[in-house]
Amino acid sequence: MASHAVDVDHREPNYLEVRGRHDGILGWIMSTDHKRIGLMYLFLLLIFFISAMTLGFFMRLEQWTVGQTLMDAKTYNTLFTVHGVIMVFLVVVPGIPATLGNFFLPLQLGAKDVAFPRLNLLSWWLYLSGALIIFLALFYGGLPDTGWTFYAPYNVRTTTNVPLAVFGVFILGFSSILTGLNFVTTMHQMRAPGMGWFQMPLFCWGLYATGWIQVLATPILGITMLLVLVEKTLHIGVFNPAIGGDPILYQHLFWIYSHPAVYIMILPAMGIISEIMPTFSRRTIFGYKAIAYSSLAIALAGSLVWGHHMFTTGQSFTANVIFSLLTFLVGIPTAIKVLNWVATLYKGSIRLEPPLLFALSFIFLFSIGGFTGLMQGVLNLDIHLHDTYFVVAHFHYVMFGGTIMGLFAGLHYWFPKMFGKMYQKSWANIAWALQLVGFNMLYFTMLVMGYNGMPRRYYDHLEYFNFGHKLATVGSWVLISGILIMFINLLHGLLKGEKAPSNPWGGTTLEWQIEDLPPLENFDEIPEVHGGPYDHNTEAEVAK
Amino acid sequence: MNTGNFTSQVEASFLFVFVISLVLLIGITVAMIYFIIRYHHTKNDKPKDIHGHLGLEVAWTVIPTILVMGMFYYGLVGYEKMDEIPEDAMKVEVTGRMWEWKFTYENGTTTDTLYVPVDQAVDLSLNSADVIHSFYIPGLKIKRDVVPGLNNHMWFAADQSKRYDVFCAEYCGDEHAYMYTQVVALPRESFDQWYAGSGSAAPQVTSADTAQ
Ligand code: HEM
Ligand SMILES: [Cu+2]
Repeated sequence: MASHAVDVDHREPNYLEVRGRHDGILGWIMSTDHKRIGLMYLFLLLIFFISAMTLGFFMRLEQWTVGQTLMDAKTYNTLFTVHGVIMVFLVVVPGIPATLGNFFLPLQLGAKDVAFPRLNLLSWWLYLSGALIIFLALFYGGLPDTGWTFYAPYNVRTTTNVPLAVFGVFILGFSSILTGLNFVTTMHQMRAPGMGWFQMPLFCWGLYATGWIQVLATPILGITMLLVLVEKTLHIGVFNPAIGGDPILYQHLFWIYSHPAVYIMILPAMGIISEIMPTFSRRTIFGYKAIAYSSLAIALAGSLVWGHHMFTTGQSFTANVIFSLLTFLVGIPTAIKVLNWVATLYKGSIRLEPPLLFALSFIFLFSIGGFTGLMQGVLNLDIHLHDTYFVVAHFHYVMFGGTIMGLFAGLHYWFPKMFGKMYQKSWANIAWALQLVGFNMLYFTMLVMGYNGMPRRYYDHLEYFNFGHKLATVGSWVLISGILIMFINLLHGLLKGEKAPSNPWGGTTLEWQIEDLPPLENFDEIPEVHGGPYDHNTEAEVAK
Repeated sequence: MNTGNFTSQVEASFLFVFVISLVLLIGITVAMIYFIIRYHHTKNDKPKDIHGHLGLEVAWTVIPTILVMGMFYYGLVGYEKMDEIPEDAMKVEVTGRMWEWKFTYENGTTTDTLYVPVDQAVDLSLNSADVIHSFYIPGLKIKRDVVPGLNNHMWFAADQSKRYDVFCAEYCGDEHAYMYTQVVALPRESFDQWYAGSGSAAPQVTSADTAQ
């Protein structure tokens, strides 16, 4: 992608040096610069991630022996609930759009900022507030023990502070809606001259499809959470059968949002993989349009499959059959993406750098997530697998192996553009290898246990599951050490890393054409775009 | 091993998807590794921009479509059977409450372990006294949610005389992991004897293999 060269002599201070109306911390928490907002999201999000990971560590430790190992049942139930709530609502849902999306969407579009910078800052504040409200429950009535799904009518029976957590989730929903609205508008209005829809980088396409789901599906979560609050405070029967409500209605409403939310989580990660594959193959992406359209297809089909979470609830035979059929339809655009990524390596000139390694492990782990998803779409098989460790392992393969590995890949890819420094590649590779091994030791074992009948959300297990549990626990240690090494390495790179070149990987999209770190408004002069986003070799020829 | 009327079909569904998945996963992984070695920049410093290939893209849209439709069909056929309860099924009332199971037979006998005759279709009528539970027999590869206010049914026939674990599979609070019982499948005569005596003496399974 050609753009006007940046005039080096008249460079403005970069976004980290720039001095605005406020200094110090206020210069961050009051900043409307999309790059600073992106980093603020990243900061909070990584803290939440590491906290929830620590809870996961203790959950696995509890399963080391039959009977009590460390904690009582109630504590364990609270741990998996809080782990799930943090990981879903505070980590993977805001996830990539709020962090890397905020930072790189305007850069990739050749825009000065997002369409509504102040709304963007408000989204961050809502995110922080929602999180704080959830954690307030720690001091008022106790954190919830319902599982992250808050199923009725247990949500009424429990003595823990469900309303507060539910209200927090409600607030987080607004943050998500506003981000989606902001991004969709930005892509409609602010693409650089010459950038048609199909010259837009695929990361943007992922964010575009995500944005629509955020705007359309999240209000349903909001309404559901409000109804839970109304029921709990005013005792009007909505979901609780004891006062005339319908618990299955709750599940429908919950999954009408929460299933599409799975695609909110994964589409941006897929976008990152679509950036990394061409860059490190030094060639254009294979099947650009197929990948772009399949994002939309996934968003659309994914909105119609929520009932596959409810095959065992006793919903009608016809409903089960239709939801099963639709579920399989989602598999098709997903398969198309995976195959196009692999084909992008063909006849490339491959550099096996850390971002590519993370992208490859994304493809591998996410594929397992996809295949196990197909197994759960098979009606008679899901009757057996539902609510076992198989499901737990499946969604970790998708959300962790997919979304989080995609985030890690993106962090390693864009780190030099965000901070102008480079981490140590050898340590990044070691961290990657440990993660890949530990991940499979933990979650593949859980797949096997699930197929053998180990139910999920179980504080304790029968003797014959103990070997599997021990193996999975050791796997969690390997995985977590890989993650910690990775974070230490990135932190070290941030503080002491060598200065990175402007375009260390030879990327072709607009963000890489900016000299050093981007200035406050990104481009001294709005670039003009010619050709596709990943034309590596045409450009090289032009240069000759 | 075949131990219930649904197990073989569930296992067949699993095997069908598993084999396809394994082949594809190996294919994808081997392709990635091969390309990385073959087209490493030390071996290939002249990359080629290939924008796509219509034939291939049609192929990998059509082939997955056919495969997943096959999976759908497999699941549907197996599931139809789970949904059709035979006329001659023995009826048992199941009540789930935090955190125990109770079984009531047609002659009024109540137990906290479920006794059934081998090879007899059993129709469980599921009711909850409080929150949602789920009656799960992993050995027979079948479960169904027990929802307050909704009278769900499930059925099965065990074809071996042994004990099967029963778990509650829908999270239901503190003691969820201990909401455990067993299905004990007895030879017809032992069952009849016990049933006639209205559960005076708990019957024993003769077969050596228990659980799982
Ligand atoms: C190092 C990392 C992690 C470990 C050791 C871990 C471990 C666990 C364990 C042991 C459970 C409970 C399983 C059960 O009994 O039902 C669980 C549940 C869960 N995990 Fe993780 N996990 C990790 C990372 C993640 C990530 C990255 C995500 C999301 C992106 C995630 C999302 C969830 C969710 C949604 C649940 C379900 C909670 C519930 O049942 O309410 N986990 N995890
Ligand atoms: Cu229960």
